[in-house]
Amino acid sequence: MTAPRRLTRRGFLKRSAAAGGGLVIGFHIPGFGAERLLAATVDSLAPNAFVRVGVDDVITIIVHKSEMGQGVFTSLPMILAEELDADWSKVEVEASPSTPEYAIGFGGQLTGGSTSVMTSWQLFREAGATARAMLVDAAARRWNVDAADLRTEAGVVFDAAGDRRATYGELAEEAATLDVPSSVPLKDPADFRIVGTNVRRLEGPDKVTGAAEFSIDVRLPDMLTAVVAHSPVCGGTVRSFDGSAAEALPGVVKVKQVPSGVAVIGRDFWSARQGRDALEIEWDDGEGARLSSAGLRDEYLAMVETPGAVAEDLGDAAAALDGAARTVEAIYEVPYLAHAPMEPLNATVHAKADGADIWAGTQAQTLDQRAAAGILGLRPEDIRIHTTMLGGGFGRRANPTSDFVSDAVAVAKDEGVPVKTVWTREDDIQCGYYRPMFVHKLAAGIDPSGMPIAWHQRLAGQSIMAGMGFGAPVDPSSVEGAAHMPYAIPNRHVELHSPDKPVTVLWWRSVGHTHTGFVNESFLDEVAHAGGRDPFELRRALLRDEPRHLAVLELAAEKAGWGSPLPEGRGRGIAVRKSFESYVAEVAEVSVEDDGTVRVHRVVCAVDCGVAVNPWNVEAQMESAIVYGLSAALHGEITLEDGRVQQSNFDDYPVLRMDEMPAVEVHIVPSAEPPTGVGEPGVPPIAPAVTNAIFSLTGVRVRRLPIRMSETE
Amino acid sequence: MISLNVNGRTHEVDVDPSTPLLWVLRDHLGLTGTKFGCGIAQCGACTVHVDGVARRTCRLAVRGVEGAEITTIEGLSEDGLTPLQEAWLDQDVVQCGYCQSGQIMAASALLASNPEPSDEEIDQAMRRNICRCGAYNRIRLAIRQASGSAPRGGAR
Ligand code: FES
Ligand code: FES
Repeated sequence: MTAPRRLTRRGFLKRSAAAGGGLVIGFHIPGFGAERLLAATVDSLAPNAFVRVGVDDVITIIVHKSEMGQGVFTSLPMILAEELDADWSKVEVEASPSTPEYAIGFGGQLTGGSTSVMTSWQLFREAGATARAMLVDAAARRWNVDAADLRTEAGVVFDAAGDRRATYGELAEEAATLDVPSSVPLKDPADFRIVGTNVRRLEGPDKVTGAAEFSIDVRLPDMLTAVVAHSPVCGGTVRSFDGSAAEALPGVVKVKQVPSGVAVIGRDFWSARQGRDALEIEWDDGEGARLSSAGLRDEYLAMVETPGAVAEDLGDAAAALDGAARTVEAIYEVPYLAHAPMEPLNATVHAKADGADIWAGTQAQTLDQRAAAGILGLRPEDIRIHTTMLGGGFGRRANPTSDFVSDAVAVAKDEGVPVKTVWTREDDIQCGYYRPMFVHKLAAGIDPSGMPIAWHQRLAGQSIMAGMGFGAPVDPSSVEGAAHMPYAIPNRHVELHSPDKPVTVLWWRSVGHTHTGFVNESFLDEVAHAGGRDPFELRRALLRDEPRHLAVLELAAEKAGWGSPLPEGRGRGIAVRKSFESYVAEVAEVSVEDDGTVRVHRVVCAVDCGVAVNPWNVEAQMESAIVYGLSAALHGEITLEDGRVQQSNFDDYPVLRMDEMPAVEVHIVPSAEPPTGVGEPGVPPIAPAVTNAIFSLTGVRVRRLPIRMSETE
Repeated sequence: MISLNVNGRTHEVDVDPSTPLLWVLRDHLGLTGTKFGCGIAQCGACTVHVDGVARRTCRLAVRGVEGAEITTIEGLSEDGLTPLQEAWLDQDVVQCGYCQSGQIMAASALLASNPEPSDEEIDQAMRRNICRCGAYNRIRLAIRQASGSAPRGGAR
């Protein structure tokens, strides 16, 4: 794998002189932030936007993806450091500014879809290899030898005989005078020394001392803090308000109306929060006031009885169902879910006449720039986003309407000083953004040997993409994993209803797979049992032409001891799913207590994510995804009554706690394929692995989440 | 004026005495390592030590802790890291990290009162702290490492 690769944006590479002796190199994009980049690179080699080699040997790697727990501030530097042959102990990581050279992929700077490593793999390898080539070239010139005879290791260039050595820092200034090569060889993966090893997080020390800065921790001179009263009914607006009682409170600075409601600006959070309690607001509830989960459920149940937009049509499912030896039918349901990242939503904004600074833990810098520019009447490039650490994202902090950032911008507009706007936990849980509620109706036809020959599925639930103005009859994110299943079932028909509702919906860690994973993997289990086949063996048979699915399925089954006896009172369930280009199978071991409490004792997970850049982090992400999925499967439910969300905080929207945590084993399939997603793919198989285990133990089929044994027949 | 003893230093703060300690620490003393997660004593993100005991500060009025010895994550160790924090690093526990100050404060109070807790005792003490990133197994492992019942992380 030494073929020369093109460095993305090579056309923009330009060499330019800098004050202070050395030459620095950066991207030149006319009219945009190149100057800023150059200014930052004096006294270092900076052959591209992602790395600076300092004369002090420090390697600074600039990451344009947001660190929200998924480990990207370590995995992306590992990739670059690998090709650079850097000394890992000298590597530092820095969040990129929101300048155009970092607005790569998704049409802008955005972290999501488990794509960070996938889309940065080639880019970061080339960025590291380019810097290395220039350092080697500098050494070759200094020693007057052929660059091909030099080798590098851990931040040092050595000559062939091993007589001479120079550190990268010693070579940085000379290297900076050289042309940036247009193509550089990449390593043979067999020679990787950093990628594929267990590396601890670079930002770990700051996160165990309380020093890591999340946006809620930002403190600026003269900064004020605001909270906003939002409509208690989803989609409601302010009719009138009286802020005089709030303004009379000592710590309250100002009360003002903003598009989302009424803001109270105070000298600190508690003052603003007290002020909000003192507001008198008359709301116009709007049409949202008629919404209730029970009503939506009735509506969706009726909807799945009628034809929808066709998402997949293969063979002749109707005829095959008619002719089948046996048929199975079922209705499945999932509720709205809140993301509830640990750090409540917030942003700090300093709006000035000619630009604005925004400190935010955001997954969507480019979208936020556009939204802020619109509100402030500025150009997007005048909005500087300072990305802090994110206290969890899970999709919530990548919002096409930039809701929490827009809120903060509207509050800070015309204030002249920085204002931090903080949503309370209740503000996030109530009338925020949700994984949409869905109802699925399924029917399968089974042949006399027990093999499924027909699959008919109709689902109803809000489209996430339609809410973003990308209306289409079939939103792929609604049906992913339901349409085009990997299973060799010859006749398939999938239809979708996408009702429009005033509840705002958003991608929630693993998006459509959150419901199709549960529904399709549970119903396939029903099919297996109805046909008298072992659920693992049926999947194997149906995946015979899908080697990567098969490999994770078999690995998880083997490590879990599929088929071996379990202690009394325990059941085992299996599920497999490809999502975000990675393959994950999970086997859950459960018990059900007399009062109906479900306990998950052990989860065995097998994952194929291509090259596992940082295996330890892959394990952590699988564990994390399993916990996130279990929280939803066992507890998660947002319900509406008269347009009001009935949950508000962790007391009535419970999440998994340590005493419910199963033992988790993660097994990684060795692979030389390019790396694929790890943040989300662990979520989809866990709910069906658990419900399939409950069935094998009790004979009760759970078709509605969260699992409530008392509600199953 | 309220007088508070935080991390060995005395601070005079001019706040309403009913203000929760959390917001005095964060907004008035600049000790932002202690986090706001729920505000209703459900998640543990705001945990500090008050006279050596783990307390949630989001519902703890400052007037009630005048004169008490308050320790936050910033004051957990005089210099360097405590063995518990080292264990946290060894096991690479943190993900987003937002819950972790509270987790570490809860865990260190647990170990102070029970130096060798069983897994059951760890679960019962730590179930009060939510981690949305789901780092629970590594948290438990780090506590066990610090208490001597698990090997150093990375040794597997
Ligand atoms: S913020 Fe205090 S327990 Fe959650
Ligand atoms: S590490 Fe993210 S909430 Fe615990």
